[in-house]
Amino acid sequence: MVPHSQLIEAEEDKPKLAVWKFTSCDGCQLSLLDCEDELLLLAREVEIAYFMEASSKVEEGPYDISLVEGSITTPNDVERIQEVRRQSRFLVSIGACATAGGIQSLRNFADVSEFISVVYAEPDYIETLKDSTPISAHVPVDFELQGCPINKLQLLEVISAFLNQRAPQVSAHSVCIECKLKGNVCVWVAHGTPCMGPVTHAGCGALCPSYNRGCYACYGPKENPNNESLCHWWAEKLGADKATIIENVRNYNALADHFKKIGEEWGKDKKRTS
Amino acid sequence: MSGKGKTIKVDYLARVEGEGALFIRYDDNHVHEVQLKIFEPPRFFEAFLRGRDYTEAPDITARICGICPVAYQMSALHAMEDALHLVPTSELKALRRLLYCGEWIESHMLHVSMLHAPDFLGYPSAVAMAKDHPEVVQQALEIKKAGNALLRLLGGREVHPINVRIGGFYRTPTKEQFESLREQLSAARDLAERMCRWAASLPFPENTQKFEFVALVNPDEYPMNEGRIQSSEGLDISVKDYEKHFREVQVPHSTALHSVLIERDSYLVGPMARFNLNYPRLSTGVKRVAEELGFNPPCSNPFKSIVVRCLEVLHAFDEALRIIDNYQPPEHPYLTVEPREANGCAATEAPRGLLYHRYGINAQGKITQAKIVAPTSQNQKTIEKDLRLMLPNFMHLPESQLQGLCERAIRNYDPCISCSTHFLQLHLQHDQQGSS
Repeated sequence: MVPHSQLIEAEEDKPKLAVWKFTSCDGCQLSLLDCEDELLLLAREVEIAYFMEASSKVEEGPYDISLVEGSITTPNDVERIQEVRRQSRFLVSIGACATAGGIQSLRNFADVSEFISVVYAEPDYIETLKDSTPISAHVPVDFELQGCPINKLQLLEVISAFLNQRAPQVSAHSVCIECKLKGNVCVWVAHGTPCMGPVTHAGCGALCPSYNRGCYACYGPKENPNNESLCHWWAEKLGADKATIIENVRNYNALADHFKKIGEEWGKDKKRTS
Repeated sequence: MSGKGKTIKVDYLARVEGEGALFIRYDDNHVHEVQLKIFEPPRFFEAFLRGRDYTEAPDITARICGICPVAYQMSALHAMEDALHLVPTSELKALRRLLYCGEWIESHMLHVSMLHAPDFLGYPSAVAMAKDHPEVVQQALEIKKAGNALLRLLGGREVHPINVRIGGFYRTPTKEQFESLREQLSAARDLAERMCRWAASLPFPENTQKFEFVALVNPDEYPMNEGRIQSSEGLDISVKDYEKHFREVQVPHSTALHSVLIERDSYLVGPMARFNLNYPRLSTGVKRVAEELGFNPPCSNPFKSIVVRCLEVLHAFDEALRIIDNYQPPEHPYLTVEPREANGCAATEAPRGLLYHRYGINAQGKITQAKIVAPTSQNQKTIEKDLRLMLPNFMHLPESQLQGLCERAIRNYDPCISCSTHFLQLHLQHDQQGSS
């Protein structure tokens, strides 16, 4: 979505950027602070108006662009995301928690009250929802940047696209294409290593295969993945058991539509009955 | 009844990782109550780890914290290897230490320059500080970048690295791969030395306190992955006995569990504890700088922890360069073992302090039990105690300054609320004198 060119009034006529945290590990917003070469330059282009992890100065909304990290897991989160949407002209959800529920969405497949009792001696003090859900389950989202964690260069691309009134150039192809572009030897074909690359969204630069490891899908599903075929090959040719196949889709992006479907098909007996 | 009730509130403490609140009730003579409230939503790692494969523990627990994922990977690996009696070779151990050096540099420099330094110079953020002090911020970013470059080479990426596995690494680097990195580290090391001098020149509020410091202690090296757990009050135990001496208790105002030493009470983990218990094993270069600055252990003023972090960064550079210079690629990137029913535990030194993991696994290698104690949940009670003891000495300050000082006192500990689970709101309530 290309936003309207009219900016919200800010100091020095710069667009106002806000960074919001919901239930998460902070790693995706940290990616912004990891832009050691670009951070000060970025601060010249946008007004960092709300970023609690980095600044104690808080500017009132509305904001031109909001980066939202984390999933929705508490009654308070549910209300807060509505307010963030109201205050934001362009809302980008960043990372696997915000786009697909994150690792904490494993609770969705279990009994959360039992989970609380495993971790806490006095469960009554703990206020939490039964499910962890992505931002798009609650409010309209203008752009989703996948990854656990996101790629900081892709984040800069999204911000830069916004500043220049164009659509972000984020490839939706698979990790396999990234391997080919890098000239990697295929870990699956050459070594028989189970790899999620064929169905996984690009963005990491085919990191795991570059390190002789099978992809574990931390960037979530690519556009139109052929899940059925992948699972068939994993089971028939690589001898992967059912549990391993489910583990590989139910991890960091378990609620992403395509992965959720595989999980449901292969894990029928494990589905929550409540 | 005399005096007027006063309240100071900060709804969301800035420049810490995660979300928390603070509540303080006091009058002119006493501090009645200090609660560090942590209500960042719980994520239930210990619960959903059950049933997952033991090989997944390092990658899953890394997701507890985007700032210190390597620490989680290290504690998880060592705990699983303890369970399976797998002992990595000395080459693999050195590479793990090298990876940890990258994280100490990156995490400490993030705190020193972006979260902590603005407090001393009166800025809301490092970006605002950069307008007047560009050289300090740029140098800090260069140092941080070198730490991240190390993480990228050895781990694949800065946040949630992908290259570690139980038994070793997926792929180990060649000697040549370290060549250009060595230059970058060496240049950043000199900047880090300057950063130590700069940090030591900052104005520090006087707030010396009595702590029980707890850290790993290892006769051969400044502690990262191995050692016994020792304290400044004479505790000296094997990591296996951690749960016999430390207990977690739940309090109503926090989604993070409070950790206490059963025999005594609150204690402190992290850079100050490591520095005070392990000073002789810092590199010669670090000790020379510390002596020049007159910065000797014990350091008991948490405001000065910024100097300790800088010295630890310098040590991490010296250590990284030493490991790279002695590097011989391991014969095999990893060792293998078959899973069996077993229990194991480990503690390593995360940038913020002792990080304890314990797991049970079954014969199929599925996790049956997990326990994780993060540094910030261990320090929570000490942070509350620090505020209780510090406040009476600063009652002469106007309330707006007192509030700022409380926020700073919390940031001194570099609390990682995401790790401990979590949210920081500050409510400072001034009671009417003579009441309650």
